[in-house]
Amino acid sequence: MNRLQIDLPGLSLKNPIMPASGCFGFGREYSRFYDLSKLGAIMIKATTEMPRFGNATPRVAETPAGMLNAIGLQNPGLQKVVEEELPFLQQYDVPIIANVAGSTIEDYVEVAKEISKVSNVHALELNISCPNVKEGGIAFGTQPEVAYAVTKAVKDVSEVPVYVKLSPNVTNIVEIAQAIERAGADGLTMINTLLGMRLDLKTAQPILANGTGGLSGPAIKPVAIRMVYEVSQNVNIPIIGMGGVQSAEDVLEFFYAGASAVAVGTANFVDPYICPTLIDDLPPLLDKLGIEHISECIGRSWKK
Amino acid sequence: MKKAYMNIVSHEKIARNIYEMTLQGELVSLMNHPGQFVHIRVGDSLDPILRRPISIAKINKEEQTFTIVYRAEGKGTLLLSQKKIGDLVDVLGPLGNGFSINTVPTGEKALIVGGGIGVPPLLELSKQLNAVGIETIHVLGFQSKEDVFYEQQFLSLGDTYIATVDGSYGTEGFVTNVLNDNPFSFHTVFSCGPTVMLKVIEEKYSTNYPVFLSLEERMGCGIGACFACVCHRKDDPTGFTYRKVCTDGPVFPAGEVLI
Repeated sequence: MNRLQIDLPGLSLKNPIMPASGCFGFGREYSRFYDLSKLGAIMIKATTEMPRFGNATPRVAETPAGMLNAIGLQNPGLQKVVEEELPFLQQYDVPIIANVAGSTIEDYVEVAKEISKVSNVHALELNISCPNVKEGGIAFGTQPEVAYAVTKAVKDVSEVPVYVKLSPNVTNIVEIAQAIERAGADGLTMINTLLGMRLDLKTAQPILANGTGGLSGPAIKPVAIRMVYEVSQNVNIPIIGMGGVQSAEDVLEFFYAGASAVAVGTANFVDPYICPTLIDDLPPLLDKLGIEHISECIGRSWKK
Repeated sequence: MKKAYMNIVSHEKIARNIYEMTLQGELVSLMNHPGQFVHIRVGDSLDPILRRPISIAKINKEEQTFTIVYRAEGKGTLLLSQKKIGDLVDVLGPLGNGFSINTVPTGEKALIVGGGIGVPPLLELSKQLNAVGIETIHVLGFQSKEDVFYEQQFLSLGDTYIATVDGSYGTEGFVTNVLNDNPFSFHTVFSCGPTVMLKVIEEKYSTNYPVFLSLEERMGCGIGACFACVCHRKDDPTGFTYRKVCTDGPVFPAGEVLI
């Protein structure tokens, strides 16, 4: 028995660990460290219809137990991702979750329609919560009616299940999640980064060229756990949880909160081997806690 | 490129806030090119969380050691400065492409220009150039006399000129003061240091000489995945083609990227 096997819409995961979008490029760099087939899935970097250069540098700044980034969805555009990046990942036995971004609903629809046709793309992650782009991005993810509209439009054209990535930068995340569920989303991924800022002591100006950035890393884990806990009790679609995961214990905590799989972001930068390490660390942790299968842990914190 | 724990075999302060650390381990067998860097975890705690990119100053294959030189001024480098001989350090490397020494014809001269904490990788570069019969001239700039390091090591490899901003040692002013005062004869220019210095070197020499510049940028992953250290190509300044300092660089031929 594979104690780590998890089945979600479109995704048959040999384990629940996957690198988070934006923290793993299109897999090439990490393929130099280990066999990517070991991963449960890969969430590739956000893809927009046209190439994007992203924001000016500096694009990263450190914070205690975390980092701010303002990359700005830099990517080579839909055509190159389909022709050059996704074929590279064909050699690995791992489902791909393609992160779809845009400035208008039409952009999202165009990217979703084309990228969902690629054979190794098993699901989409709709990026309506990136805090670092001025148009689109977070604007779609903070208003229930807009989140509903973009999710529905993408769901209508996608050939694979659609997961929607929620922003934590909202007052009522449950309201947004429920709107997205009503629009037909197959699952949720949460959370994206928290909007933050750091100032330089000498110049008094923001360290990031963009001014603000998205906070990630262990510093945001309690916020992510709280939000997964709240949302999972109020929707009937699965959640891929993320936000500061860096140990097998963190993975189980997300499961207890209600997640059915977990994505790893910032920790990849600290340790390029973190994903396979977590996969190896999970079975002994399950043994220690007397848990036969990891799926028993989903929502354990609130299930009676 | 690998991640390994390496043993500190020496660690000392060599100038004001400047430390030299030598580490031993099998990772050294992968280190070949001057100008490459390593990504170091300064501690086990989460603050700071990111690794620190630090250039390789010396490689000793026989003893399986390499040396880094860093300025202890931020939280991370101050933590690193507290490490003792015998401590293990989490090192990811070697990263980046470094300087290409075979661009200089044997028997020719190379002009090496460094500024501050950009000086260390130029020592291994000069050693490797001299080893293949290329003479080197070194022009090194520092803030003040207390900041000067590696002068004797560069002197043992070729003519070495020092400039200090406050004039407390060597020529008063910047490396450009030395370069303007001395009509050096050379074939190729290599440089590493503050961006403003690299810009001046590029403007001064790139029309008539091959010039190679080592850039610095804030990094996330150090391996090309996060797109934090991306810069524009000079031939396409507003477009979408780019170079990553961590994997395409940190060394670029003058004219390739906007600095």
